[in-house]
Amino acid sequence: MAEFTLPKMSQVRKGRHFAAKPGAKKVRNFRVYRWDPDVGENPRLDTYEVDVTGCAMVLDVLLKIKNEIDPTLTLRRSCREGVCGSCAMNIDGENTLACIKGLDELPEGDVSVYPLPHMPVVKDLVPDLTHFYAQYTSIKPWLQTESSPGTRERLQSPEDRKKLDGLYECILCACCTTACPSYWWNPDRFLGPAVLLQAYRWIVDSRDEATGERLDDLDDPFKLYRCHTIMNCTNTCPKGLNPAKAIAEIKQLLVNRTV
Amino acid sequence: MPTTRPLSPHLGIYRWRVNMLQSTLHRLTGLFLCVGALLVTWGLIAAASSGRAWDIFAEFCASWIGLVLLFLWTWSLLFHLCNGLQHLLRDAGRGFGPAHRDRAFAPSYWSAGWVVIAISVALAVLVFILLALRMNGGAA
Repeated sequence: MAEFTLPKMSQVRKGRHFAAKPGAKKVRNFRVYRWDPDVGENPRLDTYEVDVTGCAMVLDVLLKIKNEIDPTLTLRRSCREGVCGSCAMNIDGENTLACIKGLDELPEGDVSVYPLPHMPVVKDLVPDLTHFYAQYTSIKPWLQTESSPGTRERLQSPEDRKKLDGLYECILCACCTTACPSYWWNPDRFLGPAVLLQAYRWIVDSRDEATGERLDDLDDPFKLYRCHTIMNCTNTCPKGLNPAKAIAEIKQLLVNRTV
Repeated sequence: MPTTRPLSPHLGIYRWRVNMLQSTLHRLTGLFLCVGALLVTWGLIAAASSGRAWDIFAEFCASWIGLVLLFLWTWSLLFHLCNGLQHLLRDAGRGFGPAHRDRAFAPSYWSAGWVVIAISVALAVLVFILLALRMNGGAA
């Protein structure tokens, strides 16, 4: 049974307020989720009044907070250009990458920043992705073959290569999976959109020879069919991919091979 | 190191769009249809029992609360049907748009969600208009 409310120890309390420095020009309020494992208190929502002059992206603001206001703020980031997927988080109610979410894309008013939804929190904006990665491992995300490769690399026609477009670009940031209400209620058994898109990426790869086994593995009421086409995944994907479509393709392949 | 980590907020903080409303309504209407099935059962039992039992049932259905329940039940049935058909179409790979999206354009499936809701409401109203016409015609 799905639990729609947060456990008692996870409920978010009111946090501290950091007023803007005197002389600040373009002030915006950022309400940021905080949880410190060393303190053992409930998570809280701290408010930072930030002078956003010179900040283009939400990540710029978060780093400004960390550098100039509160060095204890913890977040993951690396590439700062939407390639690595480290800074995936919930900004203004939707999952995205902080580094490519422009301040000009956000509506007026306070900006809320939470870690990816329905995940165990390591600290502040850092979620524990262990289970997500384990699910990714479970679909064997590598080329499986039985035939001999011969004396050269395995070739692919331009048409077959084209089938991987819209799939290979996935950076496994987990924005889509943690945006999916079905995944919130069944994270232990439903694979979630990101992992299913990756599964499809190997299913349609013309060089892979384990297509049947891959489909067998997904033919399960929970692993695949918890997808109720809610479409939060496709809406939220910061790379503009379409996980919901990939899942539908898998469902069709399963139907096609039985009729 | 604490043994349990807090769970990050989910339903309470995620931005609601029509798609989440559709999914929620699908479950709720499904539950409500179970209640409606009880009403139908009552009607069938009443019809099989006696004229008086049927009169009580008919009186309940014609009452203010009975009519509201019947309308909600009709709409629930039609919404569940329309939404189910949309889900079926999507499972058949229709209505997803391209594999790549341009992030600057709002996806068209939000409007599709409103269309499903609008059609179900329109059909429910149509059913009641037809019923009213038929009953008035029968009385005349």
